[in-house]
Amino acid sequence: MFDTLSDKLQATLGDLRGKGRLDEDTISKAMREIRLALLEADVNFEVVKSFVAGVRERATGQDVLKSLTPGQQVVKIVHEELTSLMGSGDSRLAFGRPPTVILMAGLQGSGKTTTSAKLALLLRKDGKKPALVAADLQRPAAIDQLEQLGRQIQIPVYRKDTQDPVEVVKYGIQAAQTAGQDVVILDTAGRLHIDEELMQELARVRNAAKPTNVLLVLDSMTGQEAVNVAESFFERIAFDGVVLTKLDGDARGGAALSVKAVTGKPIKLVSVGEKLDQLEYFYPERMASRILGMGDVLTLIEKAEAAVEDDEQEAMEARMRAGQFSFDDFLSAQKMLKNMGPIQGVLKLIPGLGNQLKDVDIDERQLARVEAIVLSMTPQERRMPHLINGSRRLRIARGSGQTIQDVNKLLTARKQMEKMMKQMGKGKALSGFAGKR
Amino acid sequence: MSRSWSELLGDGTGPVETEAERAGFFGRLRDSLGKSRRALTGELAAAAFDPGNEEDWERLEEALIRGDVGVPATAELVRRLEARGDLGDLGEALAEEIADMLGEPATLNLEAKPSVILVVGVNGTGKTTTIGKLAQKLREHDRSVLLGAADTFRAAAEEQLEIWAQRAKADFVGAAHGADPAAVAYDAVEAARARGHDVAIVDTAGRLHTQSNLMEELAKVRRVIETRLDGAPHETLLVVDATTGQNGLQQARLFGEAAQVTGVALTKLDGSAKGGIAVAIAYELGLPVKLIGVGEGLDDLRPFDAHDFARALVSG
Repeated sequence: MFDTLSDKLQATLGDLRGKGRLDEDTISKAMREIRLALLEADVNFEVVKSFVAGVRERATGQDVLKSLTPGQQVVKIVHEELTSLMGSGDSRLAFGRPPTVILMAGLQGSGKTTTSAKLALLLRKDGKKPALVAADLQRPAAIDQLEQLGRQIQIPVYRKDTQDPVEVVKYGIQAAQTAGQDVVILDTAGRLHIDEELMQELARVRNAAKPTNVLLVLDSMTGQEAVNVAESFFERIAFDGVVLTKLDGDARGGAALSVKAVTGKPIKLVSVGEKLDQLEYFYPERMASRILGMGDVLTLIEKAEAAVEDDEQEAMEARMRAGQFSFDDFLSAQKMLKNMGPIQGVLKLIPGLGNQLKDVDIDERQLARVEAIVLSMTPQERRMPHLINGSRRLRIARGSGQTIQDVNKLLTARKQMEKMMKQMGKGKALSGFAGKR
Repeated sequence: MSRSWSELLGDGTGPVETEAERAGFFGRLRDSLGKSRRALTGELAAAAFDPGNEEDWERLEEALIRGDVGVPATAELVRRLEARGDLGDLGEALAEEIADMLGEPATLNLEAKPSVILVVGVNGTGKTTTIGKLAQKLREHDRSVLLGAADTFRAAAEEQLEIWAQRAKADFVGAAHGADPAAVAYDAVEAARARGHDVAIVDTAGRLHTQSNLMEELAKVRRVIETRLDGAPHETLLVVDATTGQNGLQQARLFGEAAQVTGVALTKLDGSAKGGIAVAIAYELGLPVKLIGVGEGLDDLRPFDAHDFARALVSG
């Protein structure tokens, strides 16, 4: 998501690395590059100024000048400054005496309705019982949209036929509470931060709902205006945090840097895809690493852990250690990978791969084809692949609608995989990815 | 003189807009650009601007950057102003250069019957709303309109467009959620032809320009329209949110590649956003702005006028 910014910083600081030592000129050049990159990333003008000033001050400090690896020192400084700018620690939602009420607000088209549904799904995964309230009475069919989303994920949606969102919200919270739901998410109409009337209405909704959390939904493609939007909404409804949406695009997302700087409120969640399970908690340290192209191993491990059942994981690991890799293992690995979300997103998190993969397209359909081949095998064949002879291959190819060559390719790939596992099994035990932390 | 719908549509006659209407619009646009106006007049009043002072030039750059004009277009504007030597009134000089960058007044090419307008853009920029307002305007200018709901992805997108079709008294072609958008586009063009409509406007699902499979789907929608009707789509409008930052350039570039965009509709200019990204898009990609959205009402879609826009951006 911050690919280009990270490229730029790396290009500049790569130069520094070559030099070995920092002189004033080099520092100025680097700071200019950082400034330009941040501006092109839509970081607010004022924020850029203070950020670059902070980095420069630390970069010209004695420690760096004397250091043998000044380039790396500057990378470290930029990383630390980025982290502290975006807020430190992770920023969870607050949960009080039930029901916990979460108010979603923002400009038109920032993604409030979709994000509301995604948040409901995320919270249910965390063991809550969420409900949605359709309080966007402005946009045509907004209520329909929320109801359809609610049906898709089987989460109750409350609505009321009235012109007053305050009424809807009061009714919705009451009804959800009576039904035993412990979290109520309020989807409100998009509004311009300079629209006095609608901003007052939003303040009334806030007063009536007494939300535990107020979240500003902000499009990550927003330009310099992000700061004004955040400030205005903060004045009226004092939001507790921000949800940054559409981060699956190539927006450099400078808004993430700006908003915290001007309101002091953290980014709490990020939306990283169109699918309803593509909403994640925001971690500033991770984002800073990502900006600098250092990958994001923590997220990857968490995703893997959430995707794999514990005993399943142990069983698989044991077989892998023994150098066995049947097509059954293949299927469970595939299932796990699927649970982790789109492959492209997963691969980006691997340190060092992010940059290389920028232009690579991964065809998820190819995985489906491979899966079709495996599913066309008998259970016995899956367990004992050596049984698969010529006529079985033909049957499998026909059954899966693929060619014999495709089947052969897969069989060869499995053999290689098994060989690799055997070698790994002889050496060090598998650790990290599939292992325990 | 602002540009009128009749001019945009290439109509000799048509409902005449009163001066009051035009002034009202001009005033509204200027109000909406108020923040950048304050910034520019506050910091760059002609009297205060000293072309010999490096800091003044820096403040000018800052003001343009803050308006989302972007680094390259800002550098070019500054270069042109420097080349002028005597600046006279800085606000006026800047307006002239910006208007120059934005290019010749655009028209909507809707002579063929039926003409097809394909509307594309990232999620949440206001495609469906823009289409609703455009349908209304076209009807006021004696065109019969059909709306095709080829956004089969977003929940309730079809319903939203249908409500707009009713408001604008336009014909409507819908499809089930999850249907093939190219098939809906095909049906819409076919229906417009069979029922003798003047214009078919095809709505598409919002998509991020980085999602290559969805961009490929969009290219297919375009190809289907092309093969169905010679010369179609006659216009392909990219809807860009005025609050968009530099990512708008990437949007214009990639949507341009996939769907051969002919112009930009710049929406949500009624906020305090300056829409400077339009300048960047015109400068770097030569893509004209054709329409602007300045409010929620049916009448709040207007033909783009480069000079108005530039003056509203930089003067009081």
